[in-house]
Amino acid sequence: MLEINDLHVKLEEEDKAILKGLTLSVKAGTVHAIMGPNGSGKSTLAYVLSGRGGYQVTGGSAMLEGQELLDMEPEERAAAGLFLAFQYPVEIPGVGNMTFLRTAVNAQRKARGEEELSSGDFLKAVRAKARELKIDAEMLKRPVYVGFSGGEKKRNEILQMTMLEPRMCILDETDSGLDVDAMKLVSEGVNALRDAGRAFLVITHYQRLLDHIQPDVVHIMAEGRIIKSGGPDLALEVEQNGYADLLAEEGQKA
Amino acid sequence: MSGAPKPMTRAARRAARLDATAAHLSRLSVPQDSGWLGRARADALERLRTLGLPERRDEYWRFTDPSVLSAETAAPAEVFRITDEPVVFSDIDRLRIVFTDGEFDQQASDDLTAEGLEVTRLAEAAQADIHWAQDVYGKLEERGQQPVPRPLATLNSAMARDGVLIRATGKVARPVSLIYRRQKEAADMVLHHVIRVEPGAEMTLLENGPAAARYSIVTEACIGAGGMLHHVRTQGRDHARSGITHLFVRMDKAAGLKSFTLSANGRVLRNEAMIWLDGEGGSAHVAGAAMGDGDFHHDDTVFIDHAAPRCESRQVFKKVLRNGAVGVFQGKILVQRPAQLTDGYQISQSLLMDERSQFLAKPELEIYADDVKCSHGSTSGEIDADHLFYLRSRGVPEAEGKNLLVLAFLTEALEEIARDDLAEDVRSRLESWLGRHRH
Ligand SMILES: Nc1ncnc2c1ncn2[C@@H]1O[C@H](COP(=O)(O)OP(=O)(O)O)[C@@H](O)[C@H]1O
Ligand SMILES: [Mg+2]
Repeated sequence: MLEINDLHVKLEEEDKAILKGLTLSVKAGTVHAIMGPNGSGKSTLAYVLSGRGGYQVTGGSAMLEGQELLDMEPEERAAAGLFLAFQYPVEIPGVGNMTFLRTAVNAQRKARGEEELSSGDFLKAVRAKARELKIDAEMLKRPVYVGFSGGEKKRNEILQMTMLEPRMCILDETDSGLDVDAMKLVSEGVNALRDAGRAFLVITHYQRLLDHIQPDVVHIMAEGRIIKSGGPDLALEVEQNGYADLLAEEGQKA
Repeated sequence: MSGAPKPMTRAARRAARLDATAAHLSRLSVPQDSGWLGRARADALERLRTLGLPERRDEYWRFTDPSVLSAETAAPAEVFRITDEPVVFSDIDRLRIVFTDGEFDQQASDDLTAEGLEVTRLAEAAQADIHWAQDVYGKLEERGQQPVPRPLATLNSAMARDGVLIRATGKVARPVSLIYRRQKEAADMVLHHVIRVEPGAEMTLLENGPAAARYSIVTEACIGAGGMLHHVRTQGRDHARSGITHLFVRMDKAAGLKSFTLSANGRVLRNEAMIWLDGEGGSAHVAGAAMGDGDFHHDDTVFIDHAAPRCESRQVFKKVLRNGAVGVFQGKILVQRPAQLTDGYQISQSLLMDERSQFLAKPELEIYADDVKCSHGSTSGEIDADHLFYLRSRGVPEAEGKNLLVLAFLTEALEEIARDDLAEDVRSRLESWLGRHRH
């Protein structure tokens, strides 16, 4: 599904390398988790994959189902099936949640040559999915994320994901700032989407989330690279011992 | 011996201005009326001879060149016909009053009798010895010469060829719609309207249409105690035109005003509003959304005078500028000593779509009362890159994402339109404008 090969990224404005040869392969139907200390480049990876400005790719590639993501506009990547649940979703005063989501759903459908959803069908679908995520339908009438709590923003990101039905889902610390109940709701939302044709890349600091969303593979990222990959046990190890040992191990190799 | 020309003294400059004005006036053919209108015109001419016409170096015209507006004749401009969308307000049930090339067009207009309204054409009212409008025509304009002269309004009082006088005596739901049609390339339209909303009465005034190659519209309105005037106008799309409008409004106790203007393109366009909150508890909102593309120059100049306690005023002006368009805002809130507990708000913002476009703003507060709440702000910004990226990351194409953000930017101004159907109509104009680019 997603093949990242030796990806090098620096900041556009400064000579600061952030991703330094990152390689990662995510197969359809699997869930990969990425853990790693703050500042190791996890969000940068998510942003670069989704096409945010401000970064310069200095080497490597990132293919989504055989298509080079790095050559596409952000909206093309979305239409190709990529989705990023933001670590820090932005507030956009004046743009209604519903209007925006409907525009997005229909833009993607159009880009894929599918028929646009009527407003009736769209409303019905959003209401049903919002209910599952315990999102107040009234809230959706408000401008994007204005007056939303941290947890509400994250749940709404999952609602968008559910509506857009992407094939490659990246969740950047979606669990941060969620209480136990909200985390359960979000995890259920994610698990409901798991199927053979879809893959997930879950960036998190906490084993907690991985109790709900069982990963197939766990990666540890540091200094802009994957330094270790393993099974779900690797997450437990990090939870117990922190990153220190892993980083030291990596240091010896270098 | 000849050296560098001596700089003119103030007095000499004033004398030169008045001479030029007198010469200008002598070449105009002032409409001849007997009775009260004739007297009002004569008074206006007299005023104009002492005010003089505006000049570029006047502080009040610092950002906008008045020469096109005050020139003796209007440069012809191509007649613009809208064929790609229904004309604004067409779906609204309204009393239509049509002016074609600046003249009342009876055939195209509805019957002017309506419940709760008294509508008279200016030319007809002038025949009457006594008419309620004689206490207003030219009078508010005259009051509006302080603290800054507005001679183009005075010129209008003298020269207006037509106009409509409307008195609202009850709560009237059906809007009165002034439609400015245009046929001649050189049409130079000068209209003067007078409105009186009696105590407790309410009405809605709409204005739209390509109007003329050049136009000057003065509207003088008095809103009685507890009365309400809604005003929504669009100045659209025909790019070659130039124009100036003056809205003078005197408000009594607990009177309300909501005025909104949508301007899309226009070579030189200045909208002036002068509002007097004379009675306690009045509320005046003046708002505008302007969208300029290319050689567009749009100026909103607003003055709100709080003379009585417990009044509220709100100015919300938003401009979207691209391809070198220029937006101007001059807005002032004056709070006089008796106007305690004033709540004044003023915001003027521009969204610059490129580096060539510019926004010039002069927000002012002048406060003499001590217990007031006043705020003002003026900003110039671009589309927020993080916002745009967020929208695009969900699959919204860049152009569509920008449009959503432009509409979002204008929302605060649009919210000043009280009626949903009118707001929706205006919003759809904005949307179609966003889909069109002149370059
Ligand atoms: N736009 C930016 N400007 C400056 N520094 C940045 C920017 N984006 C990322 N960085 C830096 O790159 C490093 C990686 O950041 P990030 O990807 O957010 O890490 P993580 O998500 O793993 O905590 C950090 O040192 C961060 O400060
Ligand atoms: Mg991060």
